Amino acid sequence: MTAEPVLSIRNLSVSLPPGSDRPHAVKNVSFDLQQGEILCVVGESGSGKSVTAQAIMGLLPGNLRTDEGAILFGGNDILKASGSERRDITGRQIAMIFQEPTAALNPVFRVGDLVAETFRIHTNLGASEIRQKVLDLFREVRLPEPEQIYNNYPHQLSGGQCQRVMIATALALQPKVLIADEPTTALDVTTQAQILKLLLDLRREHGTSIIFITHDFGVVAEVADRVAVMRYGEVMEIGTHTQVLQNPQNDYTKRLIAAVPKLAAGAPRDITGSLVLEATNIRKTFKSGGNWFQRGRSVHAVNDVSVTLRRGETLGLVGESGSGKSTLAQCIIRLIDPNSGEINIEGVRFSDLGKAALRKARAKIQIVFQDPYSALDPRQKIGEAIAEGPVIHGMKESEARARARSLLADVGLDPEAFDRYPHEFSGGQRQRICIARALALDPLLLIADEAVSALDVSIQAQILELLARLQKERAFAMLFITHDLRVASEICDRIAVMRHGKIVEEAVPADLLLHPQQDYTRELLAAVPGAHHRPQA
Amino acid sequence: MRRPPLLVLFAMLFLAFVAFVAIAGNVFSPYAHTDQNLLARLKPPSFLGGDPRYLLGTDRLGRDMVARLVYGLRMSVMVAVMGTVLGATVGIALGFVAAHFRGFVEETIMAVVDFQASLPFILIALTLLAFFGNSMTLFIILMGLQGWENYARLTRGVVLSAASQPYAQAVRALGSSPLRLYWKHILPNVASALIVQLTLNFPQIVLIETALSFLGLGIQPPMTSLGQILGDGRDYLSNAWWIAVWPGTIIFLTTLSMSIVGDALRDYLDPTLKRQRV
Repeated sequence: MTAEPVLSIRNLSVSLPPGSDRPHAVKNVSFDLQQGEILCVVGESGSGKSVTAQAIMGLLPGNLRTDEGAILFGGNDILKASGSERRDITGRQIAMIFQEPTAALNPVFRVGDLVAETFRIHTNLGASEIRQKVLDLFREVRLPEPEQIYNNYPHQLSGGQCQRVMIATALALQPKVLIADEPTTALDVTTQAQILKLLLDLRREHGTSIIFITHDFGVVAEVADRVAVMRYGEVMEIGTHTQVLQNPQNDYTKRLIAAVPKLAAGAPRDITGSLVLEATNIRKTFKSGGNWFQRGRSVHAVNDVSVTLRRGETLGLVGESGSGKSTLAQCIIRLIDPNSGEINIEGVRFSDLGKAALRKARAKIQIVFQDPYSALDPRQKIGEAIAEGPVIHGMKESEARARARSLLADVGLDPEAFDRYPHEFSGGQRQRICIARALALDPLLLIADEAVSALDVSIQAQILELLARLQKERAFAMLFITHDLRVASEICDRIAVMRHGKIVEEAVPADLLLHPQQDYTRELLAAVPGAHHRPQA
Repeated sequence: MRRPPLLVLFAMLFLAFVAFVAIAGNVFSPYAHTDQNLLARLKPPSFLGGDPRYLLGTDRLGRDMVARLVYGLRMSVMVAVMGTVLGATVGIALGFVAAHFRGFVEETIMAVVDFQASLPFILIALTLLAFFGNSMTLFIILMGLQGWENYARLTRGVVLSAASQPYAQAVRALGSSPLRLYWKHILPNVASALIVQLTLNFPQIVLIETALSFLGLGIQPPMTSLGQILGDGRDYLSNAWWIAVWPGTIIFLTTLSMSIVGDALRDYLDPTLKRQRV
């Protein structure tokens, strides 16, 4: 492309406050954005991709400042523009959408009024004209029944609808550049696929240039014209879609692409172990919203679900948010009690145990949660946390500590880290600690509830490897809950797809991927980002 | 570790001084707080031209202000500490009970909390004192009643939110008993909120004790407290200001220091802030 770029970043550097783990959040970053182009900026957490976006928008947090470089928009350096000039550019010409659509919308306003506000601030249109404009925008972003949605409050909309409203706000003044910071990360895959399609449509219809920030190479494969890979605040590699995805030059890019889970069944394993878990006809209904004047709504979170697991086997539980997969896990481990159904753990009727007996039996079944930041007691040394399970079940303190140290080594951490607190560790390390804590009791069944979903892809791959190795060594059964079919397909022996509290289809990965029986499974498979553009790394 | 800010340092020094005076204050004055000297009534502080034997002056019966302040301070601090401990223990325990059992138990406890919160405490205190007469035990229990409802409400809230955290669920899944979970995990994690409440409550109790003693319903002569001395000084504000000013200043500085130290303590106790402080 030879045309004048719409936006041009030249040697941009943003320094971090003194005492941070590196001097620059963004260092010497340069790239151009052409008219109608989608540039994906991809990188792991802390790579500086969001800071770059914030620098363009003039939204840097107070302790960061751009100390070098230029951001050329229409030939002018907006870093040198005065405050009001800059606000005019970033308000009208460059717009941004964020990751958490529900958090970005003010909950006390009707969404129509939220979008209308942009027109009220930036134009002189009358109230009825503004209303018409907003409705047009809602139609443009494919919101159903715009008239009704205009009067809805944000909490009445789904996550995907909220993100559409955000996009409508961003498009209100027909910006030349749209910066999308992880806009689909908080959404379900099927919703994500719709939003990605919407962005592609908008680009085609309006020629909007888009900077799309993401950590997901699958999404990159779907939408990018060009790709910039960032790490530690620097651009490691920048090139066209094909160059970067098919023929990466940089070692880091190669590693990153290799770590992306592929939608491909792993090698089938022979599972002959004894039956560990037998859960039959589990039901759990939540009642909500009831008061003295009206009956509440009942939600059948888990509706007559049965699962079995053998020693050494991994069952994947895949579904979108609200499908009931986590509720099912919580019922099986009895963190909540199911309304009905039977749970047998190695022949023992786990679901009927009384309080004391249940506490004792809990040693057999353990869980690892999604968010490694909140899953560890911030005031407990990590060694103590790992030793706690055995201590509760009667092991001597000194013996439990010794076991904790050896487990730390098992999960790839330094046993000397015993006396440190959770906040001193990274997300991946914390997840290792959580796994060690769960395995300290030698459980028969380990439930991994979205255990790798909050982690960067390279860390994700390491944790998956760790789980697979530990399972081989210890032969525990694993219930692996995830929203990501790619991850499930790699490590599970069987996959159960859940929707609306029911298992709609259960099969071995190879069959599920190649011959899905249900429409919903097909829909999920089609929505997996990057499914059609398999990189040949 | 960084040195605490100067203000906190001063507050800590002052509280240490208060504690020292309360424990070993007798060394400051050769007189007992009841020793009268009718020949030296209403003398100004010695450094303002008063009797050289009385550093901070004397009251209407010629009693040494230093001796009276030391005794009064001791009494006020003792009552406030015991009241705070009593109120905190009862309130926090009931808060945990409410959060654990939910349902009827919770509603009952919270109804009592609302009941007390809807009446001015001074009214409750006056009624009870008028009914049962004044005794030291009743008075301390009364001080404990001041503010327990705040602990209970706060504790219930923070415990409910902490118990829904994944780490609490993980500990439950390990097979921990509720007591172990609450004692070893939840309490340390909610302690910072409770400590702040403690440091807000302590000055309140000092003030309510002062108010009741000022009204003549608190600590009775021959015992004395800062509030009682303050009340005595009211009649002499025009010609012997020192009787009211000294106890007033001490009350003010003590409660202020307590609040400052409490705030600093909360920051210090939070391990998630440790890294930033290095």
